[in-house]
Amino acid sequence: MKTKPVKRRAARANPPPEKLWQLRLYVAGQTPKSLTAFSNLKNICETHLSGQYSIEVIDLLERPQLSKGDQILAIPTLVRKLPEPVRKIIGDLSDTERVLVGLDLRSAQ
Amino acid sequence: MVPPASHAAFRATRLPKCPTGIQGLDEITDGGLPRGRPTLVCGGAGCGKTLFAAEFLVRGATQFGEPGVFMSFEETEAELKANVASLGFDLTSLVRRKKILLEHVRIERNEIHETGEYDLEGLFVRLNHAIDSIGAKRVVLDTLEALFAGLPNEAILRAELRRLFRWLKDKGVTAVITAERGRDSDQLTRHGLEEYVSDCVILLDHRVNDQIATRHLRVVKYRGALHGTNEFPFLIGETGLSVLPITSLGLNHGVSNERIATGIPRLDAMLGGRGFFRGSSILLTGTPGTGKTIIAANFAQAAARRGERTLFFSFEESPNQIIRNMHSIGLRLEPLVKRNLLRFHSARPSLYGLEMHLATMFKEIAVFQPEVVIVDPITSLMDSGTASESKGMVTRLIDYLKAGQITTLFTSLTQGGQSLQQTEMAMSSLMDAWLLLQDFEGNGERNRVLYVLKARGMAHSNQIREFLISDRGVDLVDAYIGPSGVLTGSARAAQTASEKAATLAGQQEAGRRKRELESKRMALERQISGLRSEHEATAEEFRQIDEQIGTQTRLLTTERSELGRLRQADISVTTGAVGSSKPKTKTR
Repeated sequence: MKTKPVKRRAARANPPPEKLWQLRLYVAGQTPKSLTAFSNLKNICETHLSGQYSIEVIDLLERPQLSKGDQILAIPTLVRKLPEPVRKIIGDLSDTERVLVGLDLRSAQ
Repeated sequence: MVPPASHAAFRATRLPKCPTGIQGLDEITDGGLPRGRPTLVCGGAGCGKTLFAAEFLVRGATQFGEPGVFMSFEETEAELKANVASLGFDLTSLVRRKKILLEHVRIERNEIHETGEYDLEGLFVRLNHAIDSIGAKRVVLDTLEALFAGLPNEAILRAELRRLFRWLKDKGVTAVITAERGRDSDQLTRHGLEEYVSDCVILLDHRVNDQIATRHLRVVKYRGALHGTNEFPFLIGETGLSVLPITSLGLNHGVSNERIATGIPRLDAMLGGRGFFRGSSILLTGTPGTGKTIIAANFAQAAARRGERTLFFSFEESPNQIIRNMHSIGLRLEPLVKRNLLRFHSARPSLYGLEMHLATMFKEIAVFQPEVVIVDPITSLMDSGTASESKGMVTRLIDYLKAGQITTLFTSLTQGGQSLQQTEMAMSSLMDAWLLLQDFEGNGERNRVLYVLKARGMAHSNQIREFLISDRGVDLVDAYIGPSGVLTGSARAAQTASEKAATLAGQQEAGRRKRELESKRMALERQISGLRSEHEATAEEFRQIDEQIGTQTRLLTTERSELGRLRQADISVTTGAVGSSKPKTKTR
């Protein structure tokens, strides 16, 4: 059920560029923050991960049972499922620099 | 007192309460935690916050039909299950039956990157989902402060916590929120959670006095309700938490007029002839070796033989040791143990703290349901707590036993040098009857004596009695009270013997005098009979004299007539016949 985070610094330094980026955005209803987060995420991905990513938006109001799996507290939360390790980024993703660091894209670029 | 009807009306208008089921806590809080509101439970590390919260949920689920959600920010589900299993709670089964839902919220600060505005709606959704999935009425958040470590933005967190507590109230669940005690003593929680929870705050504390650790519980705040404001000792036993509200019990227990024998007939006689009242508390004090345990064992044997279940708490000797020792004075306790009428519970006083001892005793009493309880000696228990705690605990114990109409005999050891009538913790005022055993030293020996110092509600002897122990049992005999004071032991025996001798001598003297008088009387008798025979002899003589005189008179008469006849011989000569015989005479 739970995904145990495995810390591997090597993977963080050099993410394989061909590999698919699997991202999950947890929201709770169509709140302004959620909408902002989604559009920010879309922009960042298009800019930095064009063609290599997939975004799954999970509305916890519809599927509350999914909150447990990724240990979601804050809304919105972006979870990088792949590449491993799992990273969590909370907030509306308006701080692009921090999002890139959080996704390990800053060092890759 | 308020009349019952208006009292009930008053009750109805009060804040609704949610019983915790935690032993003693509902008494302090007059019914439990505020229903439908959050309660903050704060305390330092290891003071029992999590167990408090867990018991609140488990009792709710098992006793009050209220399912609960345990949201843990620190321990995983498996850890929680293992931890509360030590209290005898089977979380696994409760979880399976959907009575309790365990939810572990894991926050890793280093996994989380903050990138702008957010809220904790995810937590709300999770909690909401958990509550709705089992229809929970109770919620535990243990401990929310982990959020402060996990989430970087404190301003958002505080705003969200305020919203969370509001939300919990709207949801109508009774919540227990645990929090770590602040570093400053005036700070209840490290992150000021008390600011959000304004309805009820309970403070747990674990502190060490005189190397004895005691847990305390205090209701700091309880809005809109009466509550005990004192610090109450509590303990974590095998069946959960137990708060001991010292002052909560009123003096309103029922009383019995039934009397029960002590097993020592003479002692019963001293107590108005019929022994102690059932349900009374009896104190037996004495210096070492005065026979406290023996009297206690006699009492136990008598009770058990009457078919009353008797529980013997021994803090000095092991059960087998007591049985063996009492065998030597003729008490047969073993068959009673086998028949399950008598049960021993032995524990070293230093084994654990006072509260733990009392909890164990409460448990034993609850399990065995005795009619008579013996605590030998209560003073050992006193050593395992500080003075004020001990008194409180003992008061609580006595109240508990009295409420259950259990007759209790406490022995109390008076140390040498202490005043005999000064009991530990001034216990005597709590007791209904008090026997004092004492040593009398003198004549190169020590003897035991017994007094009845007090016996409420019955005529009792004011006399001192000597307490004798032999291989046939114990007995009380009158101590000799003479001009030189109280005599016991061989002095008493000597005194009795000399008195006996004096009596004997007196008897002998009287006998001798009696015999003397008797012989004197006999002598007189003899004299009397001598005199009587003399008297008879005299009378005989008298009679003989009379007779002689008669004879002589007759003879004289005869002679006279003869002479007369002779003088008238001339007349008779003229007659032939007479004349013829006369010559014969003349010729002779």
